Amino acid sequence: MTRQIKFIQGNEACVEGALYAGLDFFAGYPITPSTEIAEHLSRRLPQQGGKFIQMEDEIASMCAIIGASLTGKKVLTATSGPGFSLKQEALGYAVMAEIPCVIVNVQRGGPSTGVPTHVSQGDVMQARWGTHGDHSIVALTASNHQDVFAMTVEAFNIAETYRTPVILLFDEVVGHMRERLEIPEKGEIPLVERLRTAVQGGVDYHPYLPREDGRLPMSDFGDVHRYNVTGLVHDMWGFPSDNPKIVHGLLRHLVDKIENNASQMAHYKTFYLEDAETVLLSFGSAARSALHVVEHLRPRGEKIGLLELQTLWPFPADVVQQYCNSARTTVVVEMNMGQVCQMVKTTVRHPERVFLANRIDGVFITDADIRNVLRLIEGKGV
Amino acid sequence: MERCRMVFSGSGGQGVITAAIILAEAAVLHEELTAVQTQAYGAAARGGATRADVIISDVPINFPKVIQPNVLVCLTQEAYNKFYDIIRPGGLMITDTRYVQPQLKVDAVQRQLPLYETVMDKIGKPIVFNICMLGAVVGLTQLVRPESIMKTLEQRIPSGFIEMNRQALELGLEMGQGVK
Amino acid sequence: MAVNDYIRQRFFPHLWCSGCGHGIVLNGLIRSVEKLGMSRNEMVMVSGIGCSSRISGYMDFHTLHTIHGRALAFATGVKLSKPELNVIVPMGDGDALSIGGNHFIHAARRNIDITAIVMNNRIYGMTGGQYSPLSGPGVMATTAPYSNIDQGFDVVEMAKAAGATFVARTTAYHVQQMADIIRAAILHEGFSVVEVMSQCPTYFGRKNKQGGAVEMMKRMKESTTPIGSKAKAEHPELIERGIFVQTDKPEYCSEYDRIIERAMGGV
Repeated sequence: MTRQIKFIQGNEACVEGALYAGLDFFAGYPITPSTEIAEHLSRRLPQQGGKFIQMEDEIASMCAIIGASLTGKKVLTATSGPGFSLKQEALGYAVMAEIPCVIVNVQRGGPSTGVPTHVSQGDVMQARWGTHGDHSIVALTASNHQDVFAMTVEAFNIAETYRTPVILLFDEVVGHMRERLEIPEKGEIPLVERLRTAVQGGVDYHPYLPREDGRLPMSDFGDVHRYNVTGLVHDMWGFPSDNPKIVHGLLRHLVDKIENNASQMAHYKTFYLEDAETVLLSFGSAARSALHVVEHLRPRGEKIGLLELQTLWPFPADVVQQYCNSARTTVVVEMNMGQVCQMVKTTVRHPERVFLANRIDGVFITDADIRNVLRLIEGKGV
Repeated sequence: MERCRMVFSGSGGQGVITAAIILAEAAVLHEELTAVQTQAYGAAARGGATRADVIISDVPINFPKVIQPNVLVCLTQEAYNKFYDIIRPGGLMITDTRYVQPQLKVDAVQRQLPLYETVMDKIGKPIVFNICMLGAVVGLTQLVRPESIMKTLEQRIPSGFIEMNRQALELGLEMGQGVK
Repeated sequence: MAVNDYIRQRFFPHLWCSGCGHGIVLNGLIRSVEKLGMSRNEMVMVSGIGCSSRISGYMDFHTLHTIHGRALAFATGVKLSKPELNVIVPMGDGDALSIGGNHFIHAARRNIDITAIVMNNRIYGMTGGQYSPLSGPGVMATTAPYSNIDQGFDVVEMAKAAGATFVARTTAYHVQQMADIIRAAILHEGFSVVEVMSQCPTYFGRKNKQGGAVEMMKRMKESTTPIGSKAKAEHPELIERGIFVQTDKPEYCSEYDRIIERAMGGV
């Protein structure tokens, strides 16, 4: 078997992952630094009978993929900060109506138009709480092209498994840089296909009644089961209800189906953590700088390692506790004001041992930035 | 091999980004090396000096940006003025004689090559200026084999343009090797 | 199939106020679909938010009740991903031309085969009687206590200008014409817009002293006239009813099929 090797941008690695996962439909609106995803898919999707549409705006793009998902398609949209803000209401709709879909946010600096188009990781909390109301969400990230590919496939798998929107929270550096990608053979990574109901026509089908294993089989628009889909709180048929029991049950279901399966969705990588007294915790492109620091300091005898999170939401608290609770120092490396750092502090046994090494000026965080923080923690000054 | 960090700079339309991509792609696809290429995008890439970064190594590259290049190419005065002082001490600075009047205070091996003039004299098409520059870089550094660059070019450009690019690459190689 | 088979009877009585025109639109819609003899399984109804949007819940189709103003964007996703489905989008005036105005003009521009029914009662009913972009100057509303100064859109002119290939207007009074027009709109291949003037006695009627439903419907009868009628020539202030535009232009999904052919290596 010869795997295809490409030298491409991270955004194209995402496209390769999406096509590998079986993407059928993309709707989007151009925005740097995510535009290459739309450009590549406009060429690639129709080559295999899929559909691409450039919608009139960001909101319409999010809505269009939800519509397409209901006809049984695997769907994707891609955007960056300002566009991600615009998509939030429809994203909440996908949460409420339990529509499988994948949303890429190639992060850039914000708020608002920010510093176009320099790198940032400032949308971690927006991914979690951007849409209104109680809910849970899945957000994955990656620091290199092989992982961008793998996490994109995983995003589609999670979306189908749990009938949920999944956010891919990449960033400008990973999205734009070019490096090697080895495309796995067909079948190497298992794919989750849409679970469709086995209920025959003429028999009552309940689109919102979970099976014993918690999964909700779907029926495509156009098939024999005609049901209602709504952003209102709804009963097991999909019809609006304000019955307090139903409201309570539905909200609990929407949160539980994600949070109770957090361990299955927790993806992460560890580097030199076996004996690490100092744990760098990072994600996305920042993890590359963190690893650079670890590999620089290890040969000098420093017991330092890296925990790279690939799942940001649901927050992998067990994993963070496992590696950080016994560490002398945990340094969270991220390009924002401490969005993941706050989560780590509320998770670990000794929040006073958690520090932030960050950069928020649109410049990619360097090994020197991280080493300076390590020196400060040790009282050595910079 | 020693990790090589490069910055190619010039003005929009000179093809420095394309040259950087071709070099890095040749290293990855035809030399089994590791490479990462980055550049500025969007509003940050409009007007002024263009810059493309390439790192080539034989081990994984974590930090993808170039802060201090071992090799710095400047194809315009503006790019030179903007970037000359980022070069790693003792590095290699390549400039084009027609466009750049270098200063002597830079701590680097300076190579002023008549890239543009030669391309215009021998080929007459400025479009392959960047490939000639790439030839000079490869001639001076021996980072990848010229055949790997040619293989990459053959995959990327229409067959009718291959010969012109080969010629430009060879002109650059000769110039690069001549001044080593 | 009997008319009753097209509705979800367990959700009746409907939530509209007594005298509301929207129930009449529901009736007209069912009759047109019944006449066409289309299978319910190939019908998708996509709606947004507002009184009019609740119509989708009552129809025994595949129904997608979405968010405010975005129904046409959702519908575009449904239609393009499965063009064999018939997609109908009932909207209110706010849904279609205020918050959803951008989607309205762009769906028309693309000429995607969707039937948009704009139920125009010139007021926001669900939120309690605020002015809409179709209210027009002089109208009283809860957010225009001194009378409205906003100019109104003309749905028909707007749809025409945006490129819709089927554009018609009717009223909740003209039930026969409504059913005929909706039927023609569904059959039309391309983006079709049907404006149905509908009465809201609860808010528009009361705020503007137009009486109850009966008076408001009488007013619709008297203030409208068939396109190109003699009456229009004599009384230019009359609003025309009928089909204004019915033209053939390449439909979006068919055009996209040609893109697929081209991408796959055909001509």
